[in-house]
Amino acid sequence: MNKPKPDSQKTYAATFAALMLLLGATFWLAHVDLGRWSAATGLLIAVVKVGLVVLNFMHLRYSNGLIRVVACVGVFWLGILFMLSMTDYFSRNWLLLPSQWP
Amino acid sequence: MPKLATESLEPRHFSPSDKLAHLGEQFDSLEQQQNAASLGMWLFLATEVLFFGGLFLSYIVYRTAYPTIFEQAGKKLNLTIGTLNTAVLLISSYFMAQAVHFAQTNRTLRSAGFLAVTWVLGFTFLCLKAYEYFDDIKRHIVPGVSVGYTGLHPEVARMFYFIYYAMTGLHALHLIIGLGVVAVIFLRTQRNEFSSEYYSPIEVAGLYWHFIDIVWIFLYPLLYLMDRHS
Repeated sequence: MNKPKPDSQKTYAATFAALMLLLGATFWLAHVDLGRWSAATGLLIAVVKVGLVVLNFMHLRYSNGLIRVVACVGVFWLGILFMLSMTDYFSRNWLLLPSQWP
Repeated sequence: MPKLATESLEPRHFSPSDKLAHLGEQFDSLEQQQNAASLGMWLFLATEVLFFGGLFLSYIVYRTAYPTIFEQAGKKLNLTIGTLNTAVLLISSYFMAQAVHFAQTNRTLRSAGFLAVTWVLGFTFLCLKAYEYFDDIKRHIVPGVSVGYTGLHPEVARMFYFIYYAMTGLHALHLIIGLGVVAVIFLRTQRNEFSSEYYSPIEVAGLYWHFIDIVWIFLYPLLYLMDRHS
């Protein structure tokens, strides 16, 4: 396991600058008519911001493999939650009631 | 178990400068203890992800089913305060990272200073949020009450506002807990408890604080940035 090195001030400052820029970008893009892609761009920018916070502020970049796996696993479980629930909702109308089966 | 004749019956006394004072018996080194503490917090954060995930799921279900109504309802939210709050939390995350950094590098005074600023920024967020709720209620955006939505399915508009209050309310609750955590860490920093050898409590508090920021980073576009271009 690597001993966590204190991050450099340059990394923190650059991350912070990027976060504020991305906030400005997402605010500005919300006022542009992107049609169906408004939600997707907003979420994409949010994912990038979260990635910056997780890697640099939360030191995941300097963490050992076990901690990184746990961080990914949390997101993976969330994915399972979304996937199973949404497939349930989307397939609600597919099956008739048994009384209506031929 | 009977003690050996060579072992003293007195418990071992640690002086405050003895860096092994903080080393639990089950760990081989301070570094391993630090990693265990971080691992524990990351596991807890994974459960918190699922906790908020349930509410995010309800948002996804209803927005997928009734996208237009959600967008119309979302436009009534106060975009200025929402954006300001996002900036406040991002800045607070930067300062929290600084506080952890200076604890790791033995600059206790700076660390305490940054913790204090982080606390003030978190408190600022809560004040802005309280004012926003007050403003929302004045404009009749009250969970469970008709908001005068003229169109099909007013109950879906009400559902949006219910989800808005539930998600931002749960987030605010976590922020209040975070303020308590930062305050305790601030007091411990004042008592010179942290150094480059032992800084796991402040690192772990930082992880929790950044998580609060992350939840808001996702909440902001989903709640406030719907259909703002018309």
